[in-house]
Amino acid sequence: MIATPPLSSRIPVTLTINGRDHPLLVEPRRTLLDALRHDLELTGTKKVCDMGNCGACTVAVDGQAMYSCLLLAVDCDGRDITTIEGVASGNELDPLQQAFIEHDAFQCGFCTSGQIMNLHVLLDRHDNPTDEQIQRTVTGNLCRCGAYPNIAKAARRAVELKAARPNADPVPSGGR
Amino acid sequence: MLPFRISQQGSGEETTIEVSEEDRVQTWPEDARLTVVGHGHGRLEGNQKVTGRARYTYDVRLPGQLYAKVLRSPHPHARIERIDTTAAEQLPGVHAVLSSANAPGITWYENSSLFDTTVRMIGDEVAAVAAESEEIAEDALRLIDVTYTPLPFVVDLESALQPDAPKVWEGGNISQEPKVYDRGDADAGLRDADVVVDETFTTASVLHNSLEPHGCTASWEGEYLTLWNSTQSVFTIRQEVAEALDLPEHRVRVIKEHMGGGFGAKQIAWKQDVLAALLSRQAGRPVQLMLDREAENLVVGNRPSTRQRVRLGAKRDGTLTAISAELVQARGAYLTGGEASNVSGIYQTLYKCPNVHTDETTVYINAGPAVAFRAPGHVEAAFALEGAMDQLARALDIDPVELRRRNYAEIDQTEDKPYSLPEGLRLCYDRLTEAIGWDTYQRPEPTGPKRRGIGFAAHDWAAGSGHPPAYAWIELNGDGTADVVTGTQDIGTGTRTGLAQVAAEELGLPLDRIAFHLGDTATGPYSPVSSGSATQASMGPAIRAAALDVKEQLFRVASTVLEIPADRLSARDGKILVDGDMSRAVPIEDIMGQISPATLHGRGARGPNPSDLAIRTFGGQFIELEVDIETGEVTLHRIVSAHDIGRIVNPTVVDSQVIGGITQGIGFALTEGRVIDHRLGLVLNPDLEEYFVPTIADVPSIDHVHVNVPDVKANTTGAKGVGEPPLIPTAPAIANAIFDAVGIRIRSTPLSRDRILAGLATAAEAASQKPEVPA
Repeated sequence: MIATPPLSSRIPVTLTINGRDHPLLVEPRRTLLDALRHDLELTGTKKVCDMGNCGACTVAVDGQAMYSCLLLAVDCDGRDITTIEGVASGNELDPLQQAFIEHDAFQCGFCTSGQIMNLHVLLDRHDNPTDEQIQRTVTGNLCRCGAYPNIAKAARRAVELKAARPNADPVPSGGR
Repeated sequence: MLPFRISQQGSGEETTIEVSEEDRVQTWPEDARLTVVGHGHGRLEGNQKVTGRARYTYDVRLPGQLYAKVLRSPHPHARIERIDTTAAEQLPGVHAVLSSANAPGITWYENSSLFDTTVRMIGDEVAAVAAESEEIAEDALRLIDVTYTPLPFVVDLESALQPDAPKVWEGGNISQEPKVYDRGDADAGLRDADVVVDETFTTASVLHNSLEPHGCTASWEGEYLTLWNSTQSVFTIRQEVAEALDLPEHRVRVIKEHMGGGFGAKQIAWKQDVLAALLSRQAGRPVQLMLDREAENLVVGNRPSTRQRVRLGAKRDGTLTAISAELVQARGAYLTGGEASNVSGIYQTLYKCPNVHTDETTVYINAGPAVAFRAPGHVEAAFALEGAMDQLARALDIDPVELRRRNYAEIDQTEDKPYSLPEGLRLCYDRLTEAIGWDTYQRPEPTGPKRRGIGFAAHDWAAGSGHPPAYAWIELNGDGTADVVTGTQDIGTGTRTGLAQVAAEELGLPLDRIAFHLGDTATGPYSPVSSGSATQASMGPAIRAAALDVKEQLFRVASTVLEIPADRLSARDGKILVDGDMSRAVPIEDIMGQISPATLHGRGARGPNPSDLAIRTFGGQFIELEVDIETGEVTLHRIVSAHDIGRIVNPTVVDSQVIGGITQGIGFALTEGRVIDHRLGLVLNPDLEEYFVPTIADVPSIDHVHVNVPDVKANTTGAKGVGEPPLIPTAPAIANAIFDAVGIRIRSTPLSRDRILAGLATAAEAASQKPEVPA
């Protein structure tokens, strides 16, 4: 039998989400996913399996794609977290987001945040990833509607769109 | 006002009264030059979905909202002797607890109840808790003390059919009267045949695994209940929840904005919809109850497992003389409503045959209830029938497509009605053989242990026609924009976009001047459930009718403003044209500006389907693959798919539906299957770790070859449904391709590596024992 810890056992944590600090009091067992969805009402990150099987809850933590359902919120203190809500610049969509719409890379959209976050991390690191790199990046992101071929096309298109943007990162092709 | 008809049939207590509204809209002719319909367009809700702003049921957050969890039976069959929820109720943060001890006696599943004291499957609802967080609700579940007396159980189809099997229900394990269909004399047909194929196939139970689970958020304002629900039918939920709670329907409002997939399993109310409402009433606060992945896979539906013995008889020239099918399917512990899972159907209709017998038995087992899953029944049956047809083609040494052409059905033989587009399937055969270059097709040579094969399968589908009743309203605003108001729902298929295109086309407005509203029983008129690939074909004509209604009013206003008779006016691209002359076009907003703030209101209803025609969807697929004879691994190379789905309203979205359906077909064929430990009754893979849905690496190049012939006799838009058809032929085409590659017929899904390796071993053994043929 496990009793709920009293409120006082909640732990202060500051989550840095999309560039803003959010001081919170959370139970030690609260996952980053639940902290995002419940404490911060950032519901763009989706809960599907809650055990690291499906990729729907992927966020970027210190520039790495991670399953937020497998991270405890208290372990994310001071780490730099990007969620789907932080991908666009204001109302200007990220090339990936634009390409996902153009190529119909989703149907129901429930896996989309996770797909985009994983690819976002890839494209941050590689200006011109191979098709295999793209596929491998989202192999762990399940899409039950079966938008896979269009997800691959959208990622490829996003590479083009990114390169065409005037403020594109001048890193040489091939990335780091 | 549309012509409104009341028809009465039967007499006395048997009387049924039907109202229907004749559709006075002229059907778009086959060669109509349409400017919005027929053109690809991204989803209207795309921006919300790629930015995380689309609000799904799971994302509803209301002030004071509580979170509910359900305690579920750990036994496949047991009696609850005692249940004590005291400790759970006393846990700080818990606001409501429900169980058989205090819940109202609400009938559910035939003679069962909301909290039955007999549980008949692992996952059956035993108690429910609403608390301030999901974590506290989980803690509370652990504090509930239940004493069970386990009862004998049975979890597989074959054991359940044994005479001494444990009984799921007192009446026995046969859940419904066997469904028997006879046309002609199948036994005689088999006797008359030159060749008989006699094969038994089995298909595994598969799980929908919509990424958004079933669930809802319930909130009361006095006697009025609002339910945000992840559903394929807001109006069905309203009616079923109102009935369960003994509420009048107008006190229940159901909202569904965006949904993370349904695939058939979300077309009826399930227990959690009522539980959330009861918990919310008890707590006096909104309650969200979303199922976790395990419950999602245990209790809210699956595609039933089947066993199918198929006998086909044919003459040397390929003419079918008999089709006979003995069919058994496992329905789980309970019968559910919604779209029927008719395994018999395709045997009766896909091929022209004078002698057909089907016999379909449904069986209870102590496992989760079956419910419609994308082309229910047809997917299971096509695997068997199309496998048997492939076998027949080989036995007769006739090309598999040619064999199907020789047994072509132009009428629905069960009702003796012509098909609305009798050439539909033939067009699919033509386009497919052309696309794959069938006449000169050469299999690539084997490389090492890799053997290449190609397989074909055809399908029909009993649905896709759409149907009344379905209604739509259109408000033409003072600035020349329009609100299209419906009570339908977008289950992730692109409904908003396809239907807005129909409205835009008829109104003569650009798509970006239309707002499409759906998914709320309080604001939109009745729309049917989104199942049976029906939404586009049910709603499209209603929306066209509403658009025509409002457009005629607009022309009356314009006629007054412009002093030109209304019959000389037309609308295109946001403008009113005189005598079709674009150079004399007046912007619609200029006309509407004259009467603003008045608006024009159009109303449309879906007319009836033709009574003398059968409307169906058809299609087929070629699949090329490679089998590794050392590992049993199947690698798909290419899939070419064609479907008679009438006019393609939005090719972008339709292609996605085809690719998506095939992807689920790949899973059904190769990797998916619910696994139950027969000794424990435990589902071993109610998750996404051990239950293998296809990933991006499993899907080959998929070409959707557009047939795109409007079915002008079906409805005023000529469009039929595409949601279900593409999944139907995938598994048999893969199985047939495996046969083509390595000469073994796998008769059970999933067509797993172990089955392929076992088949190869058996074939090798048989070959080695073959007596030598004397020279």
